[in-house]
Amino acid sequence: MAEEVVLLDFWPSPFGMRVRIALAEKGIQYEYKEEDLRNKSDLLLKMNPIHKKIPVLIHKGKPVCESLIQVQYIDEVWHGKSPLLPSDPYQRANARFWADFVDKKIYDLGRKIWTTKGEEQAAAKKEFIESLKLLEGELGDKTYFGGDNLGYVDVVLVPFYNWFYVYEKCGNFTIEEECPKLIAWAKRCLQKESVAKSLPDEEKVYGFVLQLKKAFGIE
Amino acid sequence: MSEEVKVLGNWGSCFSRRVELALKIKGVEYEYIEEDVYGNKSPLLLKYNPVHKKVPVLLHNGKPIAESLVIIEYIEETWKGTPILPEDPYEKAMARFWTKFVDEKCLPALWRAVWSPENEREKAVEEACKCLETLQSALNGKRFFGGDTVGLVDIAANFIGFWLRIIQEATGHGDLLSAEKFPTLFKWTDEFVSCSVVKQSLPPRDKLLAFFKARVAEANASK
Repeated sequence: MAEEVVLLDFWPSPFGMRVRIALAEKGIQYEYKEEDLRNKSDLLLKMNPIHKKIPVLIHKGKPVCESLIQVQYIDEVWHGKSPLLPSDPYQRANARFWADFVDKKIYDLGRKIWTTKGEEQAAAKKEFIESLKLLEGELGDKTYFGGDNLGYVDVVLVPFYNWFYVYEKCGNFTIEEECPKLIAWAKRCLQKESVAKSLPDEEKVYGFVLQLKKAFGIE
Repeated sequence: MSEEVKVLGNWGSCFSRRVELALKIKGVEYEYIEEDVYGNKSPLLLKYNPVHKKVPVLLHNGKPIAESLVIIEYIEETWKGTPILPEDPYEKAMARFWTKFVDEKCLPALWRAVWSPENEREKAVEEACKCLETLQSALNGKRFFGGDTVGLVDIAANFIGFWLRIIQEATGHGDLLSAEKFPTLFKWTDEFVSCSVVKQSLPPRDKLLAFFKARVAEANASK
């Protein structure tokens, strides 16, 4: 039944990783298709004509776009196993709030850290750490954001963990110094097979970023 | 069972009005608390939305929820009655997709086009119109984005349904949303505002027009 679910993806994308983790948590068989973003496939352009971006989840021929929407879709369709969102509406709202927070902050700030220098980079680093500290506050003493089990916010945030190495190298700082609880949480997540097999090696991601910087003439 | 529902909002904010519209669709009674977003933020707002310090915030039996779209999904899940989202997971995903498109593409593009300096205006208007054209395609012959009744996408697009035409009147530029350029989307705005539950959730037209005329005058004075 693998052909029922197809994922159009790009290996270093944290958004793609979210979907890989969700599918793995649910034990769903699927076909993974790697996209070359400089030469997008006809399938990608057909399935996501508006944004032309990955990841795209194709279920029985119908496309679902946008990673947070895809993860919620997966949770709703395959609701029998490993629920990602809590069942209580208030807790669900809380999970959605923090997922939205991750989306508003982490990617853009992280991007600024590896693409800029000087004052702009310093400002991005400061806000990035502040954002991570807020997330640490939300995690508290829980094993995962989802409590005893991996949940929605865990799936949404953990893919950035193997990009932390990129931010640290380019920004010349250590995240663990500022946010030890969050690093400990990420390492706990990586103990799970669904996460470990969905995240590429951080050195590989860094190598990819160095290539990008060279290609775009970024210092 | 006594229930306490409060909304911290602002009279002119389309995000705040989205939440009020969702509550009215469900027939939920609530207490409205006006926040002066241009002045000092109240201790209540800072307490209940410490992360973003913005309206709207919904308080349900003392527990706060922030971010209008998160709030609307909570309202949908908490109170039965008229549905705001489809039941089918795929249709639900499509409604969330278009809602995100409105929030992350349409609204910023429209806002940029409205306030852009003359020399950048043409390009900003072109980009905003591309968004409107794409959004129009989502209507696909339906009366509302939600089908026969107002749904999540209609609520999210309230800025386009009501605020935009008033802003166009204030600026004197009618080149974004017009009946000639976007006939079906324009017709939707009429359907939207004539819906009785929507009417109850909109700010007073004259007050909003005056507000934007003042902002336009300010912007021109500072040139």
